[in-house]
Amino acid sequence: MEYENFLGYFVSGLTRGSIYALIALGYTMVYGIIQLINFAHGEIYMIGAFVALIVSGVLTIYGFSGVSILVLAGLIAIIYAAAYGYTLERIAYRPLRSAPRLSPLISAIGMSLFLQNYVLLAQTPDFLRFPQLIPEIALLQPYAHVVGSAELVILITSALSMIALTLLIKYAKIGKAMRATQQDMIMARLVGIDVDRVISVTFIIGSILAAIGGILVGSYIGQINFYIGFMAGVKAFTAAVLGGIGNIPGAVLGGLVLGLAESLAAGYISSAYEDVFAFGVLVLILILRPSGLLGKAIKPKV
Amino acid sequence: MLSYLKSSLVATVWFVFLSFPFMVVKVNTLKNSVEWRWLNLLWVAIGAFFLSALWRWAMERRHRGGASGESAHADTPKLTLGERILNDRKIYRPLLAVLTAVILLFPFVFDSYQVSIMLLALIFVVLGLGLNITVGLAGLLDLGYVAFFAVGAYSYGLLSFYYDVGFWTALPIGGLVGALFGILLGFPILRLRGDYLAIVTLGFGLIAKIVLENWEEVTNGAKGIANIGRPGLFGLQMDIATTTIYTYYLMIVLVLFTIFVTNRIKDSRIGRAWMALREDEIACVAMGVDMARTKLSAYAFGAFWAGLVGVIFAARNTYINPNSFTFMESAIVLSIVVLGGMGSIVGVIIAALVLILLPEYLRAFADYRMLIFGAVMVLMMIFRPQGLISNVRKTYGPRRSAPEVNRD
Amino acid sequence: MTDQAEKLLEVRELTMDFGGLRAVDSITLDVSKGEIVALIGPNGAGKTTFFNCVTGIYTPTRGDIILNPPGEKSRRINGLKPNRVTTLGMARTFQNIRLFQNMTVLENVMIGRHCRTSTSIIGAVLRTARSRAQERETIDRSYDLLDQVGLLPFADAFAKNLSYGGQRRLEIARAMATEPFLLLLDEPAAGMNPQETRELDSLIMQIRNAGEIAILLIEHDMKLVMNISDRIYVMEYGKKIAHGTPQQIRANPKVIEAYLGEESDA
Repeated sequence: MEYENFLGYFVSGLTRGSIYALIALGYTMVYGIIQLINFAHGEIYMIGAFVALIVSGVLTIYGFSGVSILVLAGLIAIIYAAAYGYTLERIAYRPLRSAPRLSPLISAIGMSLFLQNYVLLAQTPDFLRFPQLIPEIALLQPYAHVVGSAELVILITSALSMIALTLLIKYAKIGKAMRATQQDMIMARLVGIDVDRVISVTFIIGSILAAIGGILVGSYIGQINFYIGFMAGVKAFTAAVLGGIGNIPGAVLGGLVLGLAESLAAGYISSAYEDVFAFGVLVLILILRPSGLLGKAIKPKV
Repeated sequence: MLSYLKSSLVATVWFVFLSFPFMVVKVNTLKNSVEWRWLNLLWVAIGAFFLSALWRWAMERRHRGGASGESAHADTPKLTLGERILNDRKIYRPLLAVLTAVILLFPFVFDSYQVSIMLLALIFVVLGLGLNITVGLAGLLDLGYVAFFAVGAYSYGLLSFYYDVGFWTALPIGGLVGALFGILLGFPILRLRGDYLAIVTLGFGLIAKIVLENWEEVTNGAKGIANIGRPGLFGLQMDIATTTIYTYYLMIVLVLFTIFVTNRIKDSRIGRAWMALREDEIACVAMGVDMARTKLSAYAFGAFWAGLVGVIFAARNTYINPNSFTFMESAIVLSIVVLGGMGSIVGVIIAALVLILLPEYLRAFADYRMLIFGAVMVLMMIFRPQGLISNVRKTYGPRRSAPEVNRD
Repeated sequence: MTDQAEKLLEVRELTMDFGGLRAVDSITLDVSKGEIVALIGPNGAGKTTFFNCVTGIYTPTRGDIILNPPGEKSRRINGLKPNRVTTLGMARTFQNIRLFQNMTVLENVMIGRHCRTSTSIIGAVLRTARSRAQERETIDRSYDLLDQVGLLPFADAFAKNLSYGGQRRLEIARAMATEPFLLLLDEPAAGMNPQETRELDSLIMQIRNAGEIAILLIEHDMKLVMNISDRIYVMEYGKKIAHGTPQQIRANPKVIEAYLGEESDA
């Protein structure tokens, strides 16, 4: 029993962690390229979840069912999240490319507030019931107390997304351009890389991953509101910092560490303080390793 | 003109697309019904059409302004209307007199509710001035400033609840406890760079609220603490209306005190060290400034004011609970600092009054308050990053006792 | 023994590794009272890293850095914080100008006075007689230093609006404000035109002569270095390859090959 409890906490920690990792990737990719904390990234996650809910709601009413809803709602949600991510960068960050560091960060906080309240006013301040898009897997029934079907789907989907991202960055042309821009933006521009396009694509990819996270969490938890992006964003950013911001494997590791720490602390100590543990871990790691778990220590250039 | 029309049309189509699921569709998942609000589409289209044209015009103007500003007006930046008013004594003096009169007579003209709202605005003035030290002067981004406000409020709440401590004893204690927390939280983050600082301070702010909510044995959790005493005056019995007015004047004195103290420190050796730290940390340290001390003093001094007005906030409401201390409050105070013009005291005061009073008096506006806050923060950063009133640097008067030989 | 006492800075076998890269490789160097010593070498030779080690921005991997403030006990300053090093009396400028851009020219110099004044928060709020006197002294001294570097007319301008040469001179004035006995200048003439370089030349001499301040400088402008230096150290790939008077260095084949040869190509 003790062992199964632990296994349960462990699986739910991994599940949580892989969602954090999915969102954290967006933070870390953007940070790696333009050194900006995209504070509104959590809102993109929320928008992804909301569009999925709206589309699946409409489709259910018009008589669609099962897998077709999942596919259509998922696809449209991803397209919308990408569009919002792209527009966000164009409006709030691109004009501030050469401004002092604090300016785009404040602009990002402004965008976050704007998007939250936009959804609140256009839709509702209340929690909405999220349709169960992930089907129950019959095979898993006997093990339901350890790993649910939703958890399994989340783990597999996030793993696949991360593998796809790694392959993209490693082998695709745009991935190479992204790495070049991350190394040296001016040099990248000189060798003919369209840096603006690279940045846009980075935001789009990050937004897609966030939307996937949003849809998965929505159907896992079963309800969403306009505010879910804030905490998820903060946690994911914590994960990104934990792993070493700007570092892609770091974001995944940071997400998993954070998810596990929270889940175990909630299980064994107190669930009321799980957020305190999450930030406690962050502060502790930053004191011991100021550039995160996998981040390189940067010597100030003098 | 034609290119404007074309780009506006493109923007219109794009924003109609973006807002479609949110503005038009409204699903009721319980009743399984859907409402199509087609009319909203029209508003979005009209809004997007004109706003995108305005946006494009403003961006072009910004580019031109930036280019000419570099060369011609390098040393004489164009003054805005607000700055011109502040610089011209003929306008500035009477304006100050009118403002003083309005503030002093306010409680005699308006009812106790209005006075109470004004009181809240003044509390945010002090919060803005306090955060202005940490963010505006020292350049240390703090997204959890509300934690110090909560510390002050709860200091008074708990002291009054458990030990029956009065307002006047609690006031300095609140400030000092705030400063102490500033130092305590400052220590672990001394080594962190700007972006890490943002997330850790945000975390501290959230932790403060979680602890207040869950440490029920001490803080009474989400239920909060009630029956906190209003400020007293030598044991005089006063009705609620009179106490509100009294607290209001007290707050005015405190605002003046804050302005006086922050102004003096800003223009001192310590204030200069804060600014140097903001400008270039490595150069600052290489010039002999102790980074740890300077950073901690900026945190502590900023937090002191939050703790101080936390006490007044608790006394004004006579009731506090953790919900008054969310990230939203931190964001509001930060936008006050940003909109006011980082480092500028007058700017912060104006921004605090506008941001707190406007939603109170324009009820229709209240729902859209945070939406507009957010949009304004973005627009300000893009079009007027120096804030409403940019911080005019002090000059130090003519050179005295100059050895004439060195001059030619 | 007398020779020992006059040495203000003694660096022995200083080594700095970055991961696998040895940026500075057992450099031994000293600067005596009243001297102008130059440290030269091709780009990437490790000169600025050497400065950063000596001034406490980096902690060196190995070696000793000994500072002998006149009239005080000597002290090993490895790993001491930069502000402590400056307070002890060794100040520096930066190769890639690091002024406080959005503060006025005068305020930049006033920051240099920070470690020589002691006004606390309480003193600043109450404006005690002592803090007022200190402030006045800070202002007066800063004006004097600006006069010395020829920036007096720009005292109230923002530092970022100064010309390139002006910014370099402001860096010197700011470092001077900390009352150093040893001044470290990192490429003070970089980006200056010949006229400005000549003025800088006399400014450095004037600083040395007026205040009995020793100077250690990194510089690429050979004319300037040969003109004003008493001794020259030459670095290449982190190692010291030569040391001597300007005449000796000019004649040293190793230096000609490593450094001056490159220069004559250009």
